[in-house]
Amino acid sequence: MRPILTIARRELGAYFASPVAYVFLVIFLLLAGFFTFTAGSFFERGEAGLAAFFGWHPWLYLVLVPAVGMRLWSEERRAGTIELLLTMPVTAWQAIVGKFLASWLFLALALALTFPVVITVNVLGEPDNGAILAGYLGSLLLAGGYLAVSCMTSAMTRNQVVSFILSVVLCLFLILAGFTPVTDLMVRWASPALVDTVAAFSVITHFDGFQKGVIDSRDLLFFLSVIGFALFATGVIIRGHRAG
Amino acid sequence: MIRIENLVKTFGAKRAVDGVSFAVQRGEVLGFLGPNGAGKSTTMRVLTGFYPPSSGRVSVGGHDVVEEPLQAKRLLGYLPENAPSYPDMSVQGFLEFAAAMRGLDGAARRSAVGRVVERCFLGSVLRQSIDTLSKGYKHRTCLAQALIHDPEVLVLDEPTDGLDPNQKHEVRNLIRELGRTKAVVFSTHILEEVDAACSRAIIIDRGRIVANGTPQELRAMSEVAGAVTLRADGASEEKLAALGRVQRLEGGIRVYPADQGAAATLAARVVELAGREGWRLELLRTEEGQLDEVFRRITLPDTVKP
Repeated sequence: MRPILTIARRELGAYFASPVAYVFLVIFLLLAGFFTFTAGSFFERGEAGLAAFFGWHPWLYLVLVPAVGMRLWSEERRAGTIELLLTMPVTAWQAIVGKFLASWLFLALALALTFPVVITVNVLGEPDNGAILAGYLGSLLLAGGYLAVSCMTSAMTRNQVVSFILSVVLCLFLILAGFTPVTDLMVRWASPALVDTVAAFSVITHFDGFQKGVIDSRDLLFFLSVIGFALFATGVIIRGHRAG
Repeated sequence: MIRIENLVKTFGAKRAVDGVSFAVQRGEVLGFLGPNGAGKSTTMRVLTGFYPPSSGRVSVGGHDVVEEPLQAKRLLGYLPENAPSYPDMSVQGFLEFAAAMRGLDGAARRSAVGRVVERCFLGSVLRQSIDTLSKGYKHRTCLAQALIHDPEVLVLDEPTDGLDPNQKHEVRNLIRELGRTKAVVFSTHILEEVDAACSRAIIIDRGRIVANGTPQELRAMSEVAGAVTLRADGASEEKLAALGRVQRLEGGIRVYPADQGAAATLAARVVELAGREGWRLELLRTEEGQLDEVFRRITLPDTVKP
């Protein structure tokens, strides 16, 4: 456990050592605000809820989370520090989890900084704050799922840009599998069972419940298994490089 | 402390290390020589647990690096090739991170950082970010990281690469000093370092060990080892030819001993001959052999051999 925390602390420090962290936070908050109030027509809806806010998260994270995760392993490989890190008394598994947790915590911080939107909706009306909390939990898990995928793609290459693009493409698949325009298209030729199976792999399907304030154990399990699988794959990829 | 038996490491079809065996005891400094791409770094990466071996056994302090990697890694300090470090950290932050990874806390961490900072002369750049440092300082920062937990086994991949002559000298002294109480392996392709720091040297070529011995033993493998070079007024090559093969050099004559047995007395017999013939000796030297000549001879492919 200790090495995990030490690695996580270093990694988190690395975000704030460069302006990248602050640039990211500002862009994230600006975009979140823009999508909620302008594109999501928060005021016109006349609802005391944050559907306009959470509904955009799968798309917002699609670009922003890979930007946070792309350097995790590719940078270690490019700079050669992976050799330093993995010859210290840690297992590859501890290093993977430590790095993932640091980035996840960073994303959690970004998400926590959206608190003014919760205050706004509470001032304007009487929302179900439990549902909002569930929405935040879902959003955090969604970010974690994307992040684990980025972690995996960043282990595949020394190049951060390649890592970013791969990650965006994979996350886009996770969205599109359950995106209504796509499922509508599939219904025309595929059996409903197949459409449902494909949609079950989508983050949209599983994120929906959280937005409505429902914490379903299947949705929880989905996000946790995406994270678990992607991190496991990261471990396999890293071992693959070393085995030659 | 270090034991490597029949180590083989393949990458696809390429055998980077092909049946290497050696052992290093405490109090020994082993120099690892070889041309680029000979398998030096690969051997070190297997030794430090970064690459798993394709076959063979590697153990550090009795712990197999595959079966008990954490125990083996705890005993090791490692300076990887090109001395990587996290550029966005300060020297102090980086060393504290390394100390924390080695399980050092509080006062023990502070004293460990203080000790390596002093040892590697990093005091003046402690708060500077690593990416603003010169190559020499970066290198020493990474070396400091390897020493932070006062390891029993040190593995240094080209520890003097990119340093200026003064820094090279300091690092060699440091290696020699550390070698008194630890087992040290370091790779280099600077041959004078073998004399300056090693108690034993291994020459590796295309994944195989081609020579293993003390620096003196390696030098003795040289063609010129044991030959006598002289410069004398009136010296005649024909007369000297009676003692062995004669070669004319610029400003001197070199006599090669006929066989190993003749080498020991060659110089005495040259002096005797000079006395008899009345030559006036200006210079007389028994050649010890040159490492670079040995190195070139045994690491070149057969077609290039003279």
